[in-house]
Amino acid sequence: MKAEEHQLRARFRTLTDYAATYLAVLATVIVVAPLVAIFAYLVFKGASSLNLAFFTQIPKPPGEIGGGMSNAIFGSAILLGLASAIGVPVGIGGGIFLAEFGRGTKLANAVRFTADVLNGVPSIVMGIAIYSLVVVPQGHFSALSGGVALGIMMIPTVCRTTEEMLLMVPHAVREAALALGVPNWRSVLSITVKTASPGIITGCMLAFARVAGETAPLLFTALGNQFWSANLNQPIGALPLQIYVYAISPYDDWHRLAWAGALVLIVLIVLAVSLVRYVTSRGVLKGAS
Amino acid sequence: MGVGIEVIDLNAWYGANHTLQDINLKIPANQVTALIGPSGCGKSTFVRCINRMHETNPIARVTGTVRIGDLDIYEDAKPVEIRRRVGMVFQRPNPFPTMSIYDNVAAGLKLNGYSNRRVLDSVVERSLQNSALWDEVKDDLKKKSGASLSGGQQQRLCIARALAVDPEVLLMDEPASALDPVSTSKIEDLIFQLKSQYTIVIVTHNMQQAARVAEKTGFFLNGRMVEFDSTDKIFTNPSDKRTEDYITGRFG
Amino acid sequence: MTRIRFHQSLDDLKERLLVMAGLAEQGIQRATEAYRVHDLSICDLVSRSEIAINRLEREIDQAALDLLAMEQPMAGDLRFILSVIKINTDLELVGDAADAISERVRGMDQMAAAELPVDIPRMASMAAEMVRKSLQSFIDADAELARSVLTMDDAVDDMNRAAYKALTRVMEEQSHLAPQALNALMIAHALERVGDHATNIAEDVIFWVQAADVRHMKSLKKAGLLP
Repeated sequence: MKAEEHQLRARFRTLTDYAATYLAVLATVIVVAPLVAIFAYLVFKGASSLNLAFFTQIPKPPGEIGGGMSNAIFGSAILLGLASAIGVPVGIGGGIFLAEFGRGTKLANAVRFTADVLNGVPSIVMGIAIYSLVVVPQGHFSALSGGVALGIMMIPTVCRTTEEMLLMVPHAVREAALALGVPNWRSVLSITVKTASPGIITGCMLAFARVAGETAPLLFTALGNQFWSANLNQPIGALPLQIYVYAISPYDDWHRLAWAGALVLIVLIVLAVSLVRYVTSRGVLKGAS
Repeated sequence: MGVGIEVIDLNAWYGANHTLQDINLKIPANQVTALIGPSGCGKSTFVRCINRMHETNPIARVTGTVRIGDLDIYEDAKPVEIRRRVGMVFQRPNPFPTMSIYDNVAAGLKLNGYSNRRVLDSVVERSLQNSALWDEVKDDLKKKSGASLSGGQQQRLCIARALAVDPEVLLMDEPASALDPVSTSKIEDLIFQLKSQYTIVIVTHNMQQAARVAEKTGFFLNGRMVEFDSTDKIFTNPSDKRTEDYITGRFG
Repeated sequence: MTRIRFHQSLDDLKERLLVMAGLAEQGIQRATEAYRVHDLSICDLVSRSEIAINRLEREIDQAALDLLAMEQPMAGDLRFILSVIKINTDLELVGDAADAISERVRGMDQMAAAELPVDIPRMASMAAEMVRKSLQSFIDADAELARSVLTMDDAVDDMNRAAYKALTRVMEEQSHLAPQALNALMIAHALERVGDHATNIAEDVIFWVQAADVRHMKSLKKAGLLP
């Protein structure tokens, strides 16, 4: 009796094993499929509109065929540069404070709470807020205000990720640094932060990828610009903004450009992230964790 | 050269837990002193009071006097200064994971502002020689990370790192407990060679290790130091029955 | 209490040593009895015990070696095992002495009876008493009792010296009794050795219990090597 029982159980176990593997693969496919589908669709709709003109020319007036989004691409780059200049240092600084210097203090709890709330603010509300705080006093829309809005939106993600990555650095590593007679601040910067840097960089890139596609806050700050502009105090174009404007327009030509723009936006984000990964991995040693 | 350590009426707390009670002890210079005792007896806390690492824990408190040489380390010096004079090697090897072997050894100096290339090179080589690791890593100093070495090599790397800042005292908290017997022997031989230049205090669970490397042994129990004497006396004819019961395995 | 198996092994070792001790003590008593009543059958018993004693010596040494290698004994346990190894040897030699005495008794059987100016039974009972006390001190871990054995050795040595003097005189003046006298001298010598071995056992007990090495105190003091 016993031997038969064992055989049946063994068979049941094998079947369960196969079923579980199958379900896991299925789940993965379900997750990845939409991404692949979106990307494929974008390529299908937008690739045909990609030409050199797209990247070198500014938009033509409605009715005229052709033109490009060079100003929007450049504008996005400017805005994201500004946003990173604000979001990354403040976010990392906040994360370092939360993880290393303020553990358990009321201030740290308040900061963390604030970051979480900030994260939940709808992007359009952020746009309106920066409108009141920057655009109105300045008297005009500007790239600067757009950069500020996007930068503030980056802060919570960078901050929380930094904090978490720093907390994951093993206590033993910090102790080793302290035991060498290294002052605490130096140990935090040179050892702990450095050890956590891959994770921190990932956090920055997550924030970057998120704000790269934000449109709503830019409506009230950078406003958008059909012409080429490199002036921080003037409205500036941005790729998501331009896509939005073209997409809701009644012109087919502009629709095609919108598809192309969407494709370019995704590709540029992926490229930017990959570039950062490549550059930072060059500095990693053989066998380092 | 090493210096002697004098401990007077040392008491230590973790929050409300009175971890060390009235410790009085003189650790001789240029010798190896072993501290043995069951888990939780306070021996690790004790060595962490000597390099003021105990107080990195926010709920830790210390009273009493610890003198290293002529210096009262609690009254007359800052923790950072003391930790440069007292090196520490931990139970689990903990090389800096993002740094090369070279940078690991040089870390203590670099992070304290020394940047002269030639000085660093010679210190790194000397430290790795002194920790019997030089021959095994001299070709990969900057190419391999500290974490890519074997366990025994990592621990010797940590010893080299501690030696690089030229301390007078070396504290070792169960340095070989995570290592295999061959690596353990290498570490023990190393300790034997090092004691002519440093004063070494080693915490160990392994009584045979204490017997092998140390001239003096102290037995800790429940936060007190029960007996402190020459190692051969402790292991052949201890004065206190509690010591005898512990080392013959009647408890602990 | 931890290391129960180890402490069990220590108790077993003690037990085995005491079995051997019993045989050795019994050997001396029987040999003395054989001398007193001239009974050769008792000599046979002594010879048989001798074999058992020799076997036990080997077993105990092996057991002690194993304990040293496997258990890393320390302090009191280490001193105990060392003393067992040493007492082991002395007990085996006591057994040898008993055997030698019984051989002499067998030899005596071939000779005519003779009155000799030496009190072998008294010497034997002193030596046997020393052995008994030293073994009791081992059983009880009693260093004071062991020390009392040390003082008894002088008496046995004196008796041996007196026997030597008396018996050599007999051999010179009554040469027809020379074989008997020589026999008696050899028995006396064996008993003196028994006294020495009992002393050694007592010294080993003192080493185990008090970690004090009290061997050769007199001669070393005399040579100025001890205070």
